[in-house]
Amino acid sequence: MSEPPADTSFPPETDFGAPIRVVLAKLGLDGHDRGLKIVARTLRDAGMEVIYLGLRQTADSIVAACEQEDADVIGLSMHNAGHLTLAPRMVQAVDHAGLDVPVVIGGIVPADDVATLIDSGVAAVIGPGASADEVVSAVKAAVDRQTDAQ
Amino acid sequence: MMSRDPLDELFETAGSGNRRALGKLLTMVEKRGETAAKVSERAHRDAGQARVVGVTGAPGTGKSTITGRLAAASGASRPAILAIDPSSPLTGGAILGDRIRMDNHVGNSAFIRSMATRGHAGGLAVAVPDAIRVLDAAGCDPIIVETVGVGQVEVSIAAAADTTVVVVTPGWGDAVQANKAGLLEVADIFVVNKADRPDARGARRDLELMLDLGHRSGWRASIVLTTAIEGEGIDDLWTEIERHTAHLRESGELIRRRCRRRRDEVADRIELELRDRVHQIIQNQSGEFALGRVDRNELSPAAAAELLLSTLTSDKPPEG
Repeated sequence: MSEPPADTSFPPETDFGAPIRVVLAKLGLDGHDRGLKIVARTLRDAGMEVIYLGLRQTADSIVAACEQEDADVIGLSMHNAGHLTLAPRMVQAVDHAGLDVPVVIGGIVPADDVATLIDSGVAAVIGPGASADEVVSAVKAAVDRQTDAQ
Repeated sequence: MMSRDPLDELFETAGSGNRRALGKLLTMVEKRGETAAKVSERAHRDAGQARVVGVTGAPGTGKSTITGRLAAASGASRPAILAIDPSSPLTGGAILGDRIRMDNHVGNSAFIRSMATRGHAGGLAVAVPDAIRVLDAAGCDPIIVETVGVGQVEVSIAAAADTTVVVVTPGWGDAVQANKAGLLEVADIFVVNKADRPDARGARRDLELMLDLGHRSGWRASIVLTTAIEGEGIDDLWTEIERHTAHLRESGELIRRRCRRRRDEVADRIELELRDRVHQIIQNQSGEFALGRVDRNELSPAAAAELLLSTLTSDKPPEG
């Protein structure tokens, strides 16, 4: 019996609500993953479980991961100016699979494109310069809206 | 009977290969509570078919790459991987980054689920057997459980498999390190990964030396050299796992191991339940009162514990 000391910083497990599970990825040819790594850390520190897929994913591989991981939300980072093509494609793939998982976009998205992305079904666009709190709130809000809608 | 039990339906869907249904079932057992208990009970009915392989070792030894490649090398139509990573003890959050090393190798046939330890490890000791049970009941085989080989609980989870694979790399230490690591007693098969590095043979020699000093009767842990990133040696590893499985069946050890696993789980479940009640007692009024007296040094920690322990044993189980 050499159990580690009970960690009292944790609430009792019966009260341990299931954390938000978020899949983080970059689509296609886009090698800038430093921001995504920071976001991963930020969301982890906010108590979420981050399933980190990293670079060179496809809409299909992200959908497959979401199904197996029973993810609550997808976070995509985009720095290759492909967001107007790739983000709607991601939303379509999610819809096509019949998943109720919101898609949140971060990275470099010109302000003029935000409305277009939201119209195409993206749940939120987080711009450069967003604080850690803003990132966390945007992800939480996207999950909450989805849960309420169900 | 108005309609079919929705849980039966979910199991049936998952059993037919629907990944989303399987994903949902795993979420249910991870959450604990009444639903988890129902899912666990239902899964128990159909489980017991799958081979369970544990893979453990120090961080950075290549466990995830090996695990992904093993699932492919098994040639099975529906292999499953349970990849366990620690939750942050401070925030409860986790970064689950094992998929990234598996997806490229594993092909589309495998079902991969990342699992965080969520709070203290006692919960994991229950959640993992339940998750294995669900995957098993859904027809996945083999089921490969990957944990980082740091900490007793993580090691014991990987060790609670039919076959336990311990991964080391060249330069990880000599035979003395090997002996104190605590990983070695549980190994059925050793993998020396990154075998393209210098001194892979040295690592093997150290392991052999350590094994010469004494091993469990019947099966001497075998050693396989791999370069997982290139896929080298993975087929040999799978062959070795199959050889071990055959040994387990022929010797009757498989039944003994599985009995031991179930017995341990009974104890783990009781322990977890008790731990919850300890938390509740400490947080209720009499607990707060006793702790206040400990703060003021009117009561020793030992005396306070004894006092509260008496309420634990006399109280009815709290509603949960």
